[in-house]
Amino acid sequence: MSRSDPVAGNGPPEIERQSIEADIVCVGFGPAIAGFLSTLNRAWMENPVDPLFESKVAPGLPLQVLCYERADDIAAGVSGVVTAARGIRASFPDLNPADIAMTVPVKSERILYLLDPIGASRRPFSLRMADRVLRALNGTLGVRNDAYELPWAPRFLHKSGGLIMSVGQFNQWVGAQIMASGFVQIWPGMPVSQPLFAENADRTGDQVVGVRLTDQGVNRDGEPESGFVAGMDVSASLTVVGDGPFGPVGQAIDRRMGMPPGHDKREWALGMKFVIELPAETTLEAGTVWHTFGYPEPEIFGFLYVHPERLASVGIFVPSWLGDPARTVYRYLQHYIQHPALWRHLKGGTLRSWGAKSLDESGKHGEPLLVGDGYARIGEGSGSTNMLAGSGVDEAWTTGVQLADSVMELLHNKRSFTQENLAATYEARRRASWVESNARDAMNSRNGFHLGFVPGLIGMAIAGLTGGTISLAVNIPQTHKQIEKKRVNRARELKTRAAAMLAVEDGRPLHEAMMSARGWPEIEFDGSLLVSQQDALLMGGKVQAMPGFADHVIFRDAGLCIQCEDKTCIAMCSGQALTLGSDSLPLFEREKCIHCGGCIWNCTRTTAEGLTNIEFRAGAGGLHSAEN
Amino acid sequence: MYLHIVVCAGVVPDPLQTLEPVNGPNGPALKNEMMLPAVLDPWAASALYEAANLVACNSGSKLWLVSLSPKAKLQQVMMTIAQKVSFELVAIDSPAGGFVDAQATAEALADAIETIPGLDRSKLLLFGGWESASRGAGATLQTIGERLGVLDQFMGVDQIEMREDGSFEVLERVEGGQHQVSICAGAPAVLGWATGNLPEPRNNPQIGMANMRNVMPALQKAKPAVIGDNGLHYLSASLPSQQRQTRVAKDMSLDAIAQELVEWIGAE
Repeated sequence: MSRSDPVAGNGPPEIERQSIEADIVCVGFGPAIAGFLSTLNRAWMENPVDPLFESKVAPGLPLQVLCYERADDIAAGVSGVVTAARGIRASFPDLNPADIAMTVPVKSERILYLLDPIGASRRPFSLRMADRVLRALNGTLGVRNDAYELPWAPRFLHKSGGLIMSVGQFNQWVGAQIMASGFVQIWPGMPVSQPLFAENADRTGDQVVGVRLTDQGVNRDGEPESGFVAGMDVSASLTVVGDGPFGPVGQAIDRRMGMPPGHDKREWALGMKFVIELPAETTLEAGTVWHTFGYPEPEIFGFLYVHPERLASVGIFVPSWLGDPARTVYRYLQHYIQHPALWRHLKGGTLRSWGAKSLDESGKHGEPLLVGDGYARIGEGSGSTNMLAGSGVDEAWTTGVQLADSVMELLHNKRSFTQENLAATYEARRRASWVESNARDAMNSRNGFHLGFVPGLIGMAIAGLTGGTISLAVNIPQTHKQIEKKRVNRARELKTRAAAMLAVEDGRPLHEAMMSARGWPEIEFDGSLLVSQQDALLMGGKVQAMPGFADHVIFRDAGLCIQCEDKTCIAMCSGQALTLGSDSLPLFEREKCIHCGGCIWNCTRTTAEGLTNIEFRAGAGGLHSAEN
Repeated sequence: MYLHIVVCAGVVPDPLQTLEPVNGPNGPALKNEMMLPAVLDPWAASALYEAANLVACNSGSKLWLVSLSPKAKLQQVMMTIAQKVSFELVAIDSPAGGFVDAQATAEALADAIETIPGLDRSKLLLFGGWESASRGAGATLQTIGERLGVLDQFMGVDQIEMREDGSFEVLERVEGGQHQVSICAGAPAVLGWATGNLPEPRNNPQIGMANMRNVMPALQKAKPAVIGDNGLHYLSASLPSQQRQTRVAKDMSLDAIAQELVEWIGAE
């Protein structure tokens, strides 16, 4: 069918759009939606003729379940992880890790505090003193290769019994099982632009009745060109929102419905990692897990996970509370892998792939309204990530399973997907589960980092060791103010900046130049592991963007960008898709964007309406590596 | 005037991934091939889009996609391809890769085509890729045609123009960037496509949903095929060498960029 009148509450009449009806529509295919669809699919396969599963929109047929994924493949654009796999193993009791490429059980875990072998990192006085003591102990008490290995790993960080995985490969594995039955249709390469709202008798416009897909055949401004296809409206009685921490559907619902009192997404991190083929003579065993902290900056945590077949995921997390605007993550990562403790294992390796993603580190503080009339939120965008344990995939998967169990309960009882019914089933299940109790333990565990690195470590340890009973009370500033609060003001820093500005005149990005001016050595490219950021875009499936889609990164008010001195969005951009134009405006190149979302929370300007000046819409393309 | 178009299309590892030939127990293979994302062979994909366009322009026509591929990979590829054009899938489950024997592959494909219910061989246009992104033997499509008794064959096709009397004009690539124009009296014929002229169709959810009604059953009943090697033996396999010299340069004039390119080409 087609129509020209949009669903009520979605603006003025527009172009004619096709529409289709489904019973359940899912937004995004990450671990949460995979958990949801896998659970629903297996229940259907046990008894395909069960009337419970009969479609309302296509009587006589099974439920019409559709899933739309933004990336061009369900394996693309996701990341390697170590996970306790509690929820995943509950879904697959007979799971054989060898069945999933790049998956291996965790064999050993180490926590390393990395000293600064270069002397360029921004270390507070207390840390510099501690570093001196540790250096004096070099060769004893666990101090080697400029790193101090903690004698024990706190229990809350343990992943023993867990798995090292590539989420891309896990998605492929579970996606194939889901698709094989024919019950569920998963469509990659099809971004969802927005939720559709309908009016309801009691309240106006707060019922979600489906989603609208992105227009295709448009120019970068979204104006129709040849081959224009208006994004279709997909109506459904339940919309499952699993589009991650900055997905357009989740964002639109948050704007429309608001957040629960006191909740806000204020803490973020950009995780960036390399997938490295280790040298043939490596002594690192598959199943090895390292957690690191202290370098390249004290606030930057790092990791090394060893997969089978001599592959390793090595990466860092750059948090929003790193006040410095020179957040050049790619370069930081290059310094990180050259730290003596890592480099002795990585030197001679080959970069196979690379990727980055924003992590919503707000946890419970950033939890949105989990349910509403016609919709439910699952996964990272629903605030399920546990930042104390550094775990998100397993929690996301479990929220999907919980929703699937709840959907089946509601179908069984012939009850509709209203806010009340979803709250009584899905939300109640989640509140009573380990996901919720762990999230509560973790919710204030990182508060101390807003006071400094050392208070942050102490606060995290206290919260972890007391199960969240004791934690530091801190007023967490809005994300953009976390950058502003440490704006350059000291004479030494101003000199550094002046030196950096001179470098900018040579055509180098300010943030890169600032790092060099602060004493970070230039990267000596070797063409195999240390390559330029532009070359990295061409590795591991390459960064691609199909033509015919509009730009998805929008600068709401150009004047605010011109006023902005820091332009941290450019520094943070993982793909160098944002560069500085001659008119002082950031330029966006869609073809280089890996959809990490870093620009949203690194924008330091807000509009009069209180919105971040960068809008991140639905977009196609991005990373194409399945090894991530 | 209707056409029955059969497109033969294999599934290949995404050519943009990091591909590395290795020697396996059964000869050359690609490292970690099963974990690499797959795509419809790009040359055959051009054939599919051209075929869909012909079907749309000639009422009563039908389009089949015949694929000899690992079933799991084919299912993955269908998530994308099935959104683009309407077709009926004929799936043959096989561990096919870039190193299988072309004659054995052609035999399995021809056998599958012969058993397609309702296929009018007198109206058959057999489409496929002129080349392959995995390893183009350059012989598979022609051999299928021979086995099916279709002797009018055109390779490197960029364009087909149907005429009212059922004949058609074909543009084939020949050396020197030229096209050879041929007039064919009509179906049956074999056309091995180069890139064609049509853009990749947009993803259309309605087409996808309609296709899935036959795609999933076709995948479920895909029979495994054993592809023999006919004594084929590879001495070695390697990727073409490549070299990157990326440099970020700002504020270069177009003339300066052009000059640098000219110097670079001249130095090669």
